[in-house]
Amino acid sequence: MEKIEFEIKPQSKFNLGVKELWEYRELFYFFTWRDVKVKYKQTFLGVLWAIFQPILMTILFTLGFGKMIATQTQLSIPYPIFALSGFLLWNIFSSGLSNAGNSMVANANIIKKIYFPRMIIPISAILVSIVDFIMAFIVFIPVMLYYKTTIIWQSIYLIPVSIFLTVLAAFGLGLFLSALNIKYRDFRYILPFFIQALLFATPIIYPINITGQGPFNWLMRLNPMYAPIEFFRSCFNGTIIQLIDITPSIVCSLCLLIVGVYYFRKTENYFADLV
Amino acid sequence: MKPILEISKLSKKFKINHEHQPYLSLRDSLTNLFTSKTTTEDFWALNDVSFNVMPGDTVGIIGRNGAGKSTLLKILSKITPPTKGKVIGRGRIASLLEVGTGFHPELTGRENIFMNGSILGMKKNEIQKNFDAIVDFSGVEKFLDTPLKHYSSGMQLRLAFAVAAFLENEILIIDEVLAVGDAEFQKKCMGKMGEVSKSGRTVLFVSHNMGAVKNLCKYGALLKNGKLESFGQIENVIDKYVNKEEFNNNNELLLNQLTNYSDEHFKINDFKIVQRNSDLLSNPFDVREEIELELNYSVLKDVYGLRIGYDIKTTDEQIVFRTFHDDASPQMADFKKGDYTSIVTIPAKLLLPKSYKIYFSIGIHNIRWIVYDKFYIDLSSTGVVGFNTAYGFLHEGVIMPFLNWKNTKN
Repeated sequence: MEKIEFEIKPQSKFNLGVKELWEYRELFYFFTWRDVKVKYKQTFLGVLWAIFQPILMTILFTLGFGKMIATQTQLSIPYPIFALSGFLLWNIFSSGLSNAGNSMVANANIIKKIYFPRMIIPISAILVSIVDFIMAFIVFIPVMLYYKTTIIWQSIYLIPVSIFLTVLAAFGLGLFLSALNIKYRDFRYILPFFIQALLFATPIIYPINITGQGPFNWLMRLNPMYAPIEFFRSCFNGTIIQLIDITPSIVCSLCLLIVGVYYFRKTENYFADLV
Repeated sequence: MKPILEISKLSKKFKINHEHQPYLSLRDSLTNLFTSKTTTEDFWALNDVSFNVMPGDTVGIIGRNGAGKSTLLKILSKITPPTKGKVIGRGRIASLLEVGTGFHPELTGRENIFMNGSILGMKKNEIQKNFDAIVDFSGVEKFLDTPLKHYSSGMQLRLAFAVAAFLENEILIIDEVLAVGDAEFQKKCMGKMGEVSKSGRTVLFVSHNMGAVKNLCKYGALLKNGKLESFGQIENVIDKYVNKEEFNNNNELLLNQLTNYSDEHFKINDFKIVQRNSDLLSNPFDVREEIELELNYSVLKDVYGLRIGYDIKTTDEQIVFRTFHDDASPQMADFKKGDYTSIVTIPAKLLLPKSYKIYFSIGIHNIRWIVYDKFYIDLSSTGVVGFNTAYGFLHEGVIMPFLNWKNTKN
């Protein structure tokens, strides 16, 4: 046994730790599986919550603003389809973000007692919301049939692309917030407001052209959720997406990812001392 | 052969915030920007600790609370990084700082075995391979598909230990996880631990139970105030630990407080713990022999109904017994002004070789307590681990009277 298996030193140089994440890959599965299972076991309606949430939001906004927005902006698809497709994707982001943000504190007892790459916890928290998405997507299909929406089959590959981009957006911000949350517990309270505010700054309940050509329009294009939502909807409304249109959003998402991963890796060593 | 664990100059510093907040809030950080910083003090939980562990060695890590044992284990388990120094390991390491980490009450026993196993670093197929053995060892097969929240705490513990027992890592770090559970299960665990240490794996074991440490470990590392005080054969290290220096408690200070306390009727002048004619105030006494508690006090005014007594408590404040100076008398005591000495004898072979607290219970009957639940003196003790030295365990209980047994074959 001459081989050095591990070395423990004060603050090692920055690295992504991808190799280690791969070694512990089974834990992703177990954490996600645990959270999904517990979530659906603990609630009376279980899995139905994943479906209700986007549907109720859609009904609410359809009744409230549907007519007005649809006539003002000449939507090419019925408003309920427009809003629901937005909410489905938004839910991955919002629940992923809030799960990830609170995940480190929620798993404090494990963090204090055992070592594994810490990043597994927030990533798994985000993966849980993909499971919710799949459940809700199943309900989306009959709604589409009811409104006789056609799927643009040659763009169908954009669905996984949009999910991937959503996860990326939730991941960067989620990592950052989960690390911050350990140091400053205030973020636990800020997070819901933040997510709520972000919802209105994302073209979910209204199309982006409602904002005209002003600076606000440009600000919206920086929103990391803008690109995935446009991709996702283009499978139903047939919009041809201009690369230039969605680039700022993707770049912004990547920047957040870099900041998030860097901050998380830099501080994760001391999580156990802080929680 | 190279050591499997090389620990060199390991140090860990904590900053003690004197405002004592469990965590920062953003507001505090913001206000601190503008106001003077809160005073922080450096505290070295671990200070320049070096030792090597060879493959197959079993090392017991001992020391008083706060000596740095847990910090050392946490660094070795990679839970927290050291401030200085490094550790080189030549094998897969697994740490059991707690049994049942990651157990979730909503999941079933079966699901929890997988969850807990994978958190401990087992691969899924490893768990599957050992699944039957784990279930068998835990003895909960009837409840495998019941959510964990319906398990008794003993069952949860058995399940947790069973999973941990089948870890196949070369280096195992075990914190005092065995201090729980019923006697029978403890025995089973110790048996398993013995098996593990004999199977050629390297074990680092932290415990306050000297009997268990002595039984399981070949070597010992004694920590004191973050420093490695002694490393070597376990017997020698335990001897060093148990000898008087290690038990240096703060009784001098406590006694000082006590003698500074004064009341209109009563004043304590001195207190002694005497065994074999020497004052053992700061040293542990031997439970195999009797000790005397000697109190010198002044009664400042004539008083009727004054009672001098002690509550002997365990370290977790459970009362073992109470005794008063006039227990043997048929009437209340009438004290005249003057100086007095009261000596009470605690018989030999009554207490366990553990730590106790002597609380002073002094009062005037039906009027008031003069000293009650306020001042205490630490009573540390040593002695045999059990009466029968063939076994390495302390008896359960808060006292260990040496009773008369008659065993005959019929």
